[in-house]
Amino acid sequence: MKRERKLGKGVCVIGAGMPKFGMFNDRDSKDLFAEAFKGCIGSVDKGIDPKDIDAVYVGNATNDFFVHQAHWGPIIADVIGHVPKPITRTEGACASSSQAFREACFAIASGFYDVVLAGGVEEMSKLSTEEATEGLAIFSFPDELKHGFTFPSLYGTRAVSYSEKYGAKWEDLWDLTIKSHNNAALNPKAQFNASIRDIMNTRIERAKAKGQPVPEWRDEKEALGDPSFNPLIAWPMHLFDCCPMSDGASAVLLASEEIAREFTDNPLHVIGLGQGSGTSLSLSEDLCSLEGVVYAAKEAYGMSGLGPEDVDFCEVHDCFSIAEVIATEDLGFFKRGEGYKAQKEGITARDGSKPINTSGGLKCKGHPVGATGTAQIYEIWKQLRGEAGERQIPNPNIRIAGTHNVGGHGGTCTFTLFERR
Amino acid sequence: MVESPFNDISYNKFLTEEKLMGSRCTKCGTLFVPPRPICTKCYAADMEWVEMKGKGELITFTVISVGPPFMIQEGYDRKHPYCTGVVELEEGVRVVARIEGFDNTKPESIKVGSPLIVDFIHRDTGEKRKTYLAFKPLESAEKRG
Repeated sequence: MKRERKLGKGVCVIGAGMPKFGMFNDRDSKDLFAEAFKGCIGSVDKGIDPKDIDAVYVGNATNDFFVHQAHWGPIIADVIGHVPKPITRTEGACASSSQAFREACFAIASGFYDVVLAGGVEEMSKLSTEEATEGLAIFSFPDELKHGFTFPSLYGTRAVSYSEKYGAKWEDLWDLTIKSHNNAALNPKAQFNASIRDIMNTRIERAKAKGQPVPEWRDEKEALGDPSFNPLIAWPMHLFDCCPMSDGASAVLLASEEIAREFTDNPLHVIGLGQGSGTSLSLSEDLCSLEGVVYAAKEAYGMSGLGPEDVDFCEVHDCFSIAEVIATEDLGFFKRGEGYKAQKEGITARDGSKPINTSGGLKCKGHPVGATGTAQIYEIWKQLRGEAGERQIPNPNIRIAGTHNVGGHGGTCTFTLFERR
Repeated sequence: MVESPFNDISYNKFLTEEKLMGSRCTKCGTLFVPPRPICTKCYAADMEWVEMKGKGELITFTVISVGPPFMIQEGYDRKHPYCTGVVELEEGVRVVARIEGFDNTKPESIKVGSPLIVDFIHRDTGEKRKTYLAFKPLESAEKRG
């Protein structure tokens, strides 16, 4: 990186929408994206005519594999009435819609377009767990895929390395899991709209109703340590360390800064954009860090003139519990080896000094991979405008927020900074 | 051997012959396993083949309970998990491989740093024949040998 990056022209977010994430057998990708689009258009304070949208960028990772249908650009353009205007599909695994968002920013910053929609969609629930496991494993490097690596296992190996280097045990990640679920319980759009305690109570009630032995967990941690409640997926990642398979879509509307206030008095300014890449497990020098995230953060901080201490809160890519710890260290929020302690001390809770994943994160909100990047921006949009309802961050002075999105196990990494002015 | 292109296809073909092969940049000496056509250190494109001795140590690992369909077909499931990991070879490069010979039902007993020796897992025959790179504990191999 020879100089600090800047956009040729200021870009703002003027709307955002997403339907509840989950597993749906009555709706497909077209329906989900139509809902995200409707929500996004409806969120523009002073209204917008969809005919004024110049172009669309849509992220989709692998519907080609999951539902055996490719070429999603025109399908999405058709369902939202955008034909014959241009649409471009982006693919960066789980960071696909963050790439769509970046392309939308560049398209406006170049002066070519004024109003652009960026979003993402993914439909993962139609396959069996094993088939979907393979569908996600194809986001790894060829040699990893061949030797049977799955996504939980790629992060599992990073967790083993983190444990070796810094002494954190799997049990140290339980506070993080409990925190994510506490946030998701307050998010009506989360796939798991329930705390760990809620889930334990459901299991206890079910056991009573069926006349089965009733589990006697004293607290959430005892439940998380019980293999019947929290079975192993890929050592040391257990079920509650992992994000679910999800269907979902999300969309955000962008406009050049010059005209943003024609649409809303309360836009979010894009103040930092960063993207990096990463290599395979065998070539990663430090398995406790994603080098692409470090690069992306440097780029985004450089563009904004800000540092990690200036970020009031952040949505990070917690596809697995250990991923959240590594993310908070790579972004500079905490020192190396200290991320898991910050989680335990409540610093990252909604009422902590650095709230992380107020939405519940990927692990609880759901992770329809191609939709995740712009869904993170949806959360930032809600929080910075004071519209997050029950899960609103109590600190009224929040102004700067970040979204951190990772495709693969570090192959594609983005970090974006937003400001409410 | 000299004519084989420096790529994954050649690497996998050598594995079926129980050879773990890499490419070394003739300009700067950097070693790559699997082999690469271009040196990503000095950008030279002149490589030579080198055979690895097959000894190394376990850098990190995981034990997988829920695998993709092709591993389930091999008989692995929640009760019979399999182990994969990263191995650092004596020559200084790291490879991903299947890890054999540990008790996968007790992942906490598997130790990072364990000395390992190469093994090759062959599946299918004829044109479908495929070989997976694997490593097993050096100790158990010596005892049996």
